[in-house]
Amino acid sequence: MPASAAKHRAVVTLPSDTQILIERPFDAPKHLVYKAWTTPELIKRWWNAKRGTVTVAEVDLRIGGTWRWVLMTDRGFEVAFHGEYREIVPNERLVFTEIFEPMPQAGSLNTLTFVEKDGHTMLTILTEHANKSNRDAHINSGMEAGMQDAMDLLEQVASSLTDN
Amino acid sequence: MPRAATTTDAFNAVAEPRRREILDALAQGERPVNDLVTLLDLAQPQVSKHLRVLREVGLVVSRDEGRQRVYRLNGRPLKTIYEWVSRYERTWNEKFAALDDVLDELKQKEKPNARKRR
Repeated sequence: MPASAAKHRAVVTLPSDTQILIERPFDAPKHLVYKAWTTPELIKRWWNAKRGTVTVAEVDLRIGGTWRWVLMTDRGFEVAFHGEYREIVPNERLVFTEIFEPMPQAGSLNTLTFVEKDGHTMLTILTEHANKSNRDAHINSGMEAGMQDAMDLLEQVASSLTDN
Repeated sequence: MPRAATTTDAFNAVAEPRRREILDALAQGERPVNDLVTLLDLAQPQVSKHLRVLREVGLVVSRDEGRQRVYRLNGRPLKTIYEWVSRYERTWNEKFAALDDVLDELKQKEKPNARKRR
């Protein structure tokens, strides 16, 4: 099933050398957006971005509790992240560490804030790395989509070559 | 507000709103510093400081015209970085589009409950 056309776009900015900021509005009250980030059955439904299957969505939602989310992409590679919850203000704010498992030294601290106005929620995700090179590696990994884009591009290039 | 870490690339340089205003102004064509001072209603040393940052990351280039220094926009470094970040942005856009669907469903589910409570 094709993804429905998104009504909103995420805006990614780099406020400093070690940070990544994502801002995205949602047409839903904040308690639902928060719920979608903290409920395993729901995480499994959106975090795959329709590019694979979320095989693990563990959420131990308490301070010091751990989380671990794993995506098996359609192309058969596994993308795993885990971390620890540091601050929990239900429906308002969530602070947790995040480690992309292939790069265990490059962990980040993520702060999610949920701000509701007239039934809509602005979600901001601030990711803070220890240094610029880790921050850059995080963006570079572009994660699974980056890999997939590269493959798709390769396919396009390959087919354009055969067409000519 | 504390200052962010040192600006070392074009993407950081445009995080500062006044510098974005300068780039907007230069997008219409090249301008001397004095024009920018008037347009932005900022003191000249501040405008010069912003221009220096923009020049260091290659977003503006200058040339001397008589006794004036004229600046123009060079968008290339921004484009490179934008393309770099946009791949990351795309990943999140896809996740969020899926999240929109989940939220629509959660909203629908909440409706009958809300009625019952009233």
